Amino acid sequence: MGTRNYRRKTSHSEHGPGDGGRTGSWRVERPVLNKSLCIPCKRNTEACFICWLLCPDVVISRTIPPKIDLEYCKGCGICAEECPTKAITMVDEAQFSEEEKEKE
Amino acid sequence: MHIIENGNVAAALGVRLCHVNVIAAYPITPQTPLTEKLSEYVEAGEMQAEYIPVESEHSALAVCIAASSAGARSFTATSSNGLLYMHEQVQWAAGARLSLVMCVVNRAVGAPWNVWNDQQDSISQRDTGWIQIYCCDHQQIIDSVIKAYWLAEKVSIPIMVCYDGYILSHTYMPFEVPEQEKVDKFLPPFRPDYALNPEEPANLNTVTLPDVRMDVRGELAHGYMEIRYLLHEEMRTSLTAAAEAEKRFADIFGRGGDPYVEPYLCDDAEYIAVGLGSLTYQLRVSVDTLRKEGIKVGVMGVRFYRPFPDEAVAKALKGKKGVIVYEKALSYGYEGALASDLKSALYEHLAGTGKLPFVQNFIAGIGGRDIKTDDLTQTLRAATKNRVSKEPVWIGLKL
Amino acid sequence: MNKEFIEIRWHGRGGQGAITAAKIVAGAAFVSGYSGVVMAPSFGTERRGAPVMTSLKISKEKIYDLSPIETPDIIVVLDHLLLNEADVVCGLKPGGVIVLNTPKAFESYNFKGYRLATADITAISVEAGLPHGMVNTGIIGSLEKATNLLGMDILIKGIEEEFRTRRPEKNSLAAKIAFEKTVAGG
Repeated sequence: MGTRNYRRKTSHSEHGPGDGGRTGSWRVERPVLNKSLCIPCKRNTEACFICWLLCPDVVISRTIPPKIDLEYCKGCGICAEECPTKAITMVDEAQFSEEEKEKE
Repeated sequence: MHIIENGNVAAALGVRLCHVNVIAAYPITPQTPLTEKLSEYVEAGEMQAEYIPVESEHSALAVCIAASSAGARSFTATSSNGLLYMHEQVQWAAGARLSLVMCVVNRAVGAPWNVWNDQQDSISQRDTGWIQIYCCDHQQIIDSVIKAYWLAEKVSIPIMVCYDGYILSHTYMPFEVPEQEKVDKFLPPFRPDYALNPEEPANLNTVTLPDVRMDVRGELAHGYMEIRYLLHEEMRTSLTAAAEAEKRFADIFGRGGDPYVEPYLCDDAEYIAVGLGSLTYQLRVSVDTLRKEGIKVGVMGVRFYRPFPDEAVAKALKGKKGVIVYEKALSYGYEGALASDLKSALYEHLAGTGKLPFVQNFIAGIGGRDIKTDDLTQTLRAATKNRVSKEPVWIGLKL
Repeated sequence: MNKEFIEIRWHGRGGQGAITAAKIVAGAAFVSGYSGVVMAPSFGTERRGAPVMTSLKISKEKIYDLSPIETPDIIVVLDHLLLNEADVVCGLKPGGVIVLNTPKAFESYNFKGYRLATADITAISVEAGLPHGMVNTGIIGSLEKATNLLGMDILIKGIEEEFRTRRPEKNSLAAKIAFEKTVAGG
């Protein structure tokens, strides 16, 4: 079963999860959210969401609390850098046990 | 002295040994380490050269054109879309009869975007009037850069020294670095007929009429057509100068052979595989396998692709039953470029003699798709049974 | 293992120095009489931390075939976590050798049909005085212990030459300790 009947004649990439592979495996550090410092969480209202706005891979959801999709988060740290209340910290991946990783 | 280094370093060392004075280049994968290495040599004072970082490949060649016109031995290198970007200047340099040497680190062209090896970039420039040499290993890369400067300066025609991106540029293997004294013996300083100079001001390559004209000294100057004809004619006769370069090099360095083709087990072969670059070395493994099966096959690498050494090629293929051409490029809408050129040469020299082999064209490795030696062996074996098809056959397609 | 022609595939991460390690072994092989030596990194876009492969072919004759290794004789893995991310033993010849940098015990692995050599190169390198994570010289010692291919003398010389401006003795010490501590069998 080859690519003869692929719907496009050209190289045509659309946005969507996984086009670049499982980029979560690239991570060396992962972002961890402290809800007690997170503005939308504390106020239970749609506010801030700078992490969602600036994540280059769109893996943070605009929800209360924001959820980070670890399948694709590359660990770039922009969310942690830009969070105005420092609610996100970058933690070494090695700290998360292998069982935890398997659960994902 | 043998060192183990990659093809880009081999090229850089060749440029350094030739005392190049002006380097203008723009980085592009897989050429980048070559230009970076040259900038290191210049920075360290190991080359007495101006390294001019330009903002594009078009400018890179423009700078080299200007520098060479002023009498400086100049160098640039590029790949793929970089070569395409400078195409206008590529045409210019040939028409301007400049003695430039440029390394083309072969890479596929966009669209779509691809950084891996095939030969579409340089093959697409085959009509420009540049001499094209294809290298099979690092020894050939460093030696060809040195020979190219001698040849380019002898015949005033620019030369592309082509080698496979990644497969040669980024792969490490042993090669001998020629000694500086011997290179100096082989390659004299650059002395063009005319170099831009305020004592003798001139306007180079200005509007040139279709017809001939009287110049300020009362002599009949060329029209455009004569200038272009001379480029073509002198490209054809440069085949002789190429042989001279090969002999001079062999006398001084002790290595060299046929300047035009590199045959392996071709003498008693009934079928010959032909290609350009490292692929022809890989084909040697297939040839060895098939020879053990009793199939009389050989492989021939074509070194000078332009000017096309039609006589040498026809002589080598005369009387063979079949020629199997493996290519990493093609003229879209027709067939492989080398296959076309071979057919033309064979027809020209052998039609009516009863010694005309069939030509089978295979296309492989486009966009860097791995070429498995096993696939080469199988396709070569099949082609020795009978000509597989009139159309080029693409190996390893996943349609 | 056919000592005339040997194919070694190295698995590491971008920036970890697999190419340098392969280059040192290539150089040592060349001066030992393997006139054919070809070493090729993964071709393509690069990123620190990405799984990369380097292929090294050594032969008593000049090597004409530069295509990727299909059936390696030896696999060298610079980081045991790569075992989860890439099929590192793909194509390994039956009876082939796996050299693995791992903190886990030799006994905890089960590579049926292959020979395994393990050492905690990460710890050994620190023991030798190198910064954490510089495993590309230590692994050379493990490779030699597992294969007895070229002789430690020539490899140590190659390491110290390659690293002559960057802690040459510590790098060669890492290789020496790794040679002693590598457990091989299977």
